[in-house]
Amino acid sequence: MKKKPEKTFAQLGYPGRLVAVEGIDGSGKSTQIYLLKRWLELQGLKVFFSEWNSSGLVKSATRRGKQQKLLTPTTFSLIHATDFADRYERQLVPLLKAGYIVLCDRYKFTAFARDTVRGCSPEWVRKIYNFAALPDLTFFFRAPLEVSLNRILQGRPQLKYHEAGMDLGLSNDIEESFKLFQGRLLKVYGKMKSEFGLIQINANQPIEEQQQEVRQRLAKSIDLKQYQLDN
Amino acid sequence: MATKRKTSPLTRPAKRFFGHELPGVKPSELTGKLIVIEGADGSGRSTQIKRLVDWLEARGHATTQVGLKRSNLASEELERAKNGNILNRTTLSLFYATDFADQLENTIIPSLRAGFVVLADRYIYTLMARDLVRGLDEEWVRNLYSIALRPDAVFYLKLSPEKLIQRNFMKNHTLDYWESGMDLGLSMDMFDSFVQYQQRLADQFEMMRKNFDFTIVDADQSVDELNNELRSHTERVIH
Repeated sequence: MKKKPEKTFAQLGYPGRLVAVEGIDGSGKSTQIYLLKRWLELQGLKVFFSEWNSSGLVKSATRRGKQQKLLTPTTFSLIHATDFADRYERQLVPLLKAGYIVLCDRYKFTAFARDTVRGCSPEWVRKIYNFAALPDLTFFFRAPLEVSLNRILQGRPQLKYHEAGMDLGLSNDIEESFKLFQGRLLKVYGKMKSEFGLIQINANQPIEEQQQEVRQRLAKSIDLKQYQLDN
Repeated sequence: MATKRKTSPLTRPAKRFFGHELPGVKPSELTGKLIVIEGADGSGRSTQIKRLVDWLEARGHATTQVGLKRSNLASEELERAKNGNILNRTTLSLFYATDFADQLENTIIPSLRAGFVVLADRYIYTLMARDLVRGLDEEWVRNLYSIALRPDAVFYLKLSPEKLIQRNFMKNHTLDYWESGMDLGLSMDMFDSFVQYQQRLADQFEMMRKNFDFTIVDADQSVDELNNELRSHTERVIH
């Protein structure tokens, strides 16, 4: 079967640009994208930070599935794809058509990593998500596994069932399961890096240095003048 | 995927996945039979299934029934989405796929493992036809449902849109928004929209015949005649 080349929003002719951050839990990506958003909006640019703001309907099904542990790898994948599609169609596409710089805390690479580790066919998952264009820029925050784990385990002692990959049956100990699960995710991210041209940022350096690197990379690939609010 | 298959329907091993196998399922363990009844609303699906169940159970076969929007995971929300028409097409398509996968893994596969005859009131074909009529990419749709099990038999109850409309009026005295495809904006007139939409779905089923095995059954006959025809087809699959 011929593979359709996946395109970015710029390649598809959208006036807006999508910037995503990816990485495992505790990599510090949310802090970085927040600072990126502040930098852009303080310059008076059209920027939108997209949080997971799914419709009530999809959210309610997902919540029931998780709480009652109804989900298999396949339905876990599909319900999250539904949620992503909802956000994509209702929020991301309209904003990108309106010429916004849209910042996403996680994009489809999160699903590729998570679902593949859960045992879904990588090809199946990727094809499902190919209704969504590629980001124009994706930053992959990578810190040694122990660093990420320490950040999470210190700050948030109560780990969630699915976040720790408990459904995979890797270990009955939630902390141990979390470590094994995150380690597997990290490996998949490593493989996706060259395939999708993710820009790796060393997340084991001070916040300021990471942010400076991110801002420079962004300014180099996106002509920020075009995104002034008054235009 | 189906286009690659060249084996004849008779020699082809039953109950294999169309494409991607589900994690943890061995097709050889699935000793039951999966029988699918497809057709538009008003083609007589539920009446025929009820009768097939009676007949099968009278002969000592254990049965399970599945259908669209019957999963624990997504049925409630799908019903609400239908009433409010608030989800876009890709989202709705994936939500239906979620509902299907939930029933596949939690009902269909366990029942087949236990040697039951599973009767499906609609299956992936209706879901695919609806998506394709709404302009979703065919390869994308095929991939989405490549996790489905290939049924032992698929019966498509065929009835012209004009006859369907008469049956719908006899049953409800009204046309359903979704069965009329009103979300496609084919016509502001519900009657026209229904006829056009059902014709498009029928065309999709016609095209799908090339890739999937259907037994097309003329639904324009009496309940008894139709059921006799379905029984004789089913008999061949069951023993």
